[in-house]
Amino acid sequence: MDDTQTDTPVAPVAQHARLSVEGVTKIYRSGKRTVEALSPVDLSVAPGEFVSLIGPSGCGKSTLFNIIAGVDTPTAGSLLLDGKLTNTNERAGKVGYMPQQPLLLPWRTVEENVMLGLDVRRVPRKEAQQQASALLKRFGLLEFANSYPADLSGGMRQRIALLRTVLFNSSFLLLDEPFGALDALTRFTLQMWLQDLWQSFHSSVIFITHDVREAILLSDRIYVLSARPASVLRTIEVDLPRPRRQEDLAQPQALRLEQELLSLLVKEQPL
Amino acid sequence: MTLKRLAGYGPAFVLAVAILLIWQLIVKGHLITATILPPPTAIVQALLDNWDVLSVHTLQTTMETVLGLGIATILGVVLAILLDLSPWIRRAVYPLLITSQTIPMVALAPLLIIWFGLDLSPKIIVVALYCFFPIAVAFADGLASTDPELMKLMQSMKATRWQALWLVRLPGAMPSFFSGLRIAATYSVTGAIVGEYVAAQQGLGIYMELAARSNVVVLVFAAIVVTAVLSLLLFGLVSLLERIALPWHQSQISKR
Repeated sequence: MDDTQTDTPVAPVAQHARLSVEGVTKIYRSGKRTVEALSPVDLSVAPGEFVSLIGPSGCGKSTLFNIIAGVDTPTAGSLLLDGKLTNTNERAGKVGYMPQQPLLLPWRTVEENVMLGLDVRRVPRKEAQQQASALLKRFGLLEFANSYPADLSGGMRQRIALLRTVLFNSSFLLLDEPFGALDALTRFTLQMWLQDLWQSFHSSVIFITHDVREAILLSDRIYVLSARPASVLRTIEVDLPRPRRQEDLAQPQALRLEQELLSLLVKEQPL
Repeated sequence: MTLKRLAGYGPAFVLAVAILLIWQLIVKGHLITATILPPPTAIVQALLDNWDVLSVHTLQTTMETVLGLGIATILGVVLAILLDLSPWIRRAVYPLLITSQTIPMVALAPLLIIWFGLDLSPKIIVVALYCFFPIAVAFADGLASTDPELMKLMQSMKATRWQALWLVRLPGAMPSFFSGLRIAATYSVTGAIVGEYVAAQQGLGIYMELAARSNVVVLVFAAIVVTAVLSLLLFGLVSLLERIALPWHQSQISKR
């Protein structure tokens, strides 16, 4: 084993982790049946760190996101934001949550969609508009400011959804498989775009993906999750230099990680 | 674009002309007497000859219709939002709402005239009773069909209930609202005429009734033509309003 990997199931919790999830479980009850979505999950994200969650489909990754975003309540366990214990209600509004679907509002223009979070925060219209258009300009999308989502391509919609998330909260992003539905080329462009965005905002990111190569390309650390109920199988540090390019995936170190991740995931894949 | 839309009405236009032509030929060929079924040309002639009288009645009916439809819109929207507020209100009000639609308006109209007199108000009430239902039901369904993922997103932004309603659910339900309003607009003129038929001093309904009672079939038809045109105009007006209010919806439809 080289120094790029740690085989411990629980990462050492940093002193001032942006987020630390400790022993979080979730059990759904419907009538007499109970469904366990999360068996104790522990993970942490340092400030400015890019962390990926990878695991078989339906393993409970989205449930974990809902809990972190303050949309759902865990059955047990605790979540700390910047070292402070939080309940569900306190977590709502503290993270930028981007669901799988872009969920742009069709009656709002691109600019108005980007400023949705500021509207919720009751930022004055004019100021919100200025911030939204500054952000669009910075990421080369100003020419689409007055378009409606129906007139945009799938990749463009994801960019807008990402900017909406960033404008609401750039310091901590939860991205639920944002590029899952895109074709390979668009996907690659957006991965690079996200890397730029992450670096310019110094955001802490948790990124859900099914794509092993995508996880290696973008992450500082990868949590491999088990099949439902999800728990952390292994934590893998990705020590490739930054900024990364597609070619970096061909390096021996990256290929070794890819093989390791794949062999772990294949075992978890339900037949 | 506009030409294409016009061309879309082509088949309907051809069919209508064909029916009118056959009608005209049947009457002209003395298969039916003109006093029982007047030919289209005679109806148009009667319409033009009596326009000075008819226009007064038309104005009256239009006023009742527009006021009634306006009240129905407000009532429908408020009711839909109330239904949406809690499942309890929905469970309590929805069955009553549906039952209210089983009451035959022809039976209710005389009562309304006993209660409210001969003037405008009972007709406006009949129109409103006809029209609020499709608006309320369509709008309530529109509100209920908000994407749950979208609600989750709003929740993660710590949006209040009212913000979620105002920012996401109301605008999202607007296309459904307009579908309801379009249906209501087509019903509305009929509602006013039912109200007038029972008792009125002015209006297309009472005009039809008097013409029928004096056996002047051609004037009944003339009033029917005016009613149809009025309904179509209202329908068109609502569609126009929708186009202006929801420009995004048009571009979305044309993409499908």
